[in-house]
Amino acid sequence: MISRAVAFLIGLALLLPSPAVEAADVLVVERASGAVQIVDAERKTQRARIEGLGDLSHATAVFTPDGSYAFVFGRDGGLSKIDLARGALVGRVIQGGNSIGGVLAKGGKVVAVANYVPGGVKLFDASTLVELAEIPAVWGPNGERSKVVGLMPAPGDRLVFSLWEAGEIWILDIADPRKPAVTRFKDAGSFPYDGNITPDGRHYIAGLFGEDGLALLDLEHPEQGVRRILDGYGRGEAPLPVYKMPHLGGWGVIGDLLLLPAIGRHEVLLVDRRGWREAGRVAVQGQPVFVVARPGRSEVWVNFAHPANDVVEVIDVASRRVVRRLVPGKAVMHIEFTPDGKEAWVSARDSGAIVVYDADTGEPRARLAAESPSGVFMVSRGLKVGS
Amino acid sequence: MPRIAAALALALAASTAAAWAAEPGPARQAELLHLLKQDCGSCHGLTMKGGLGPALVPERLAERTDETLVEAIVDGRPGTAMPPWRFAVTPEEAAWLVRTLREGLP
Ligand code: HEC
Repeated sequence: MISRAVAFLIGLALLLPSPAVEAADVLVVERASGAVQIVDAERKTQRARIEGLGDLSHATAVFTPDGSYAFVFGRDGGLSKIDLARGALVGRVIQGGNSIGGVLAKGGKVVAVANYVPGGVKLFDASTLVELAEIPAVWGPNGERSKVVGLMPAPGDRLVFSLWEAGEIWILDIADPRKPAVTRFKDAGSFPYDGNITPDGRHYIAGLFGEDGLALLDLEHPEQGVRRILDGYGRGEAPLPVYKMPHLGGWGVIGDLLLLPAIGRHEVLLVDRRGWREAGRVAVQGQPVFVVARPGRSEVWVNFAHPANDVVEVIDVASRRVVRRLVPGKAVMHIEFTPDGKEAWVSARDSGAIVVYDADTGEPRARLAAESPSGVFMVSRGLKVGS
Repeated sequence: MPRIAAALALALAASTAAAWAAEPGPARQAELLHLLKQDCGSCHGLTMKGGLGPALVPERLAERTDETLVEAIVDGRPGTAMPPWRFAVTPEEAAWLVRTLREGLP
């Protein structure tokens, strides 16, 4: 099993060829207008704008390892393929009724999409967008289907995802993507809302909306089943209302520490990966949504759910304190760092802007106009594992 | 006690009746529509076709009473992911949102 993980990492390393020029690009989702912008990260100017991508609320994008293509997953089930160099839409299918996102697997050859309606996962050939398989998330006694969240690629040609209503985690073996094989983990936890994988590809964690705790699955030892960690982190106190679900995608991993949004509490939780115990918590000003680690620094940047959503707080992990508070604009949706950690790109939906910060000083360096921007994705993400 | 309860019920009925009559002003309507699309949209979908929360489209809402829907918005649905919005939306405004949803978003 260890060798599987190693092979996965080596495989990824081999996919890091001469970095394509496009790898310095940023893809910005304009959620209300069904468009994406491709922005030159260096010059901070728009290179292309591609329209006609449908309902892009909650849209995410992934990139091929060579940085040539982006796949954009729309809420309305649209899967769009974009040629980044040409700045053109080169393929589009409506693959479901309501989708939450997707990933690339098998070295970029397979696109996997997580769907709310019809609940399940679908696999597509990344070059043709031809459907390879559908995995319905059937769980109830009467064939009910569950919404799928937290879909992640894992070592050994596997995908891992969680089922919202069912409270299950599934591992999908896609060695043969036309005949995927499911391993089910029932009773993983109540209402998993998202999941992510550690950078070494070994552990999958699902955040739980329905209980105080997180679900952990060791992908090297799946036979051990799902474990509950940080059980009772809310200390039995009534949770505060959650006006927007947090995300675990792009969570903060700093050394052995994992930083995660608490749910229904205005706190960021620190988990020590060596024993999966709580290593502290940091009080913040609202319900955290994204907790993003700054590359190369012991620092995470946090954005928040409605109504306290015009602020970004910067936590210094060593001192476990909020050391800076930024006000990029109204309704901050997403934070993405450049791979060197020098800049943070932050979208402020209701201010119609992307604000690029000098991450050292917290001073804005540039402000780009965009229509209701939400997701901001560095094309270099394609080179990362489990981000 | 029963007298108080009756008076309360009366007052409540009166305020609900008023709620249905009241129309938020144009500026407030624009704000509410923005809230609906963007912030409610994060769970119900930008076009209200559903997400983590159910679709809020006319056909589906036809099966529900105004009271049920207004209550869901103002007080949330405990034990589910639907949070209470009383801090941002009055019952009158929630009633207007329900009317808007019943007509279907443009
Ligand atoms: C964090 C997610 C979330 C947000 C944000 C949210 N909702 Fe909901 N909403 C839900 C869920 C989940 C349900 C289903 C609750 C249940 O199971 O009864 C729901 C139910 C409802 C219902 C009842 C529907 C029915 O069929 O009975 C209405 C009406 C509603 N929401 C309106 C709104 C409005 C208006 C807003 C914004 C002001 C909003 N919601 C924001 C998650 C959300």
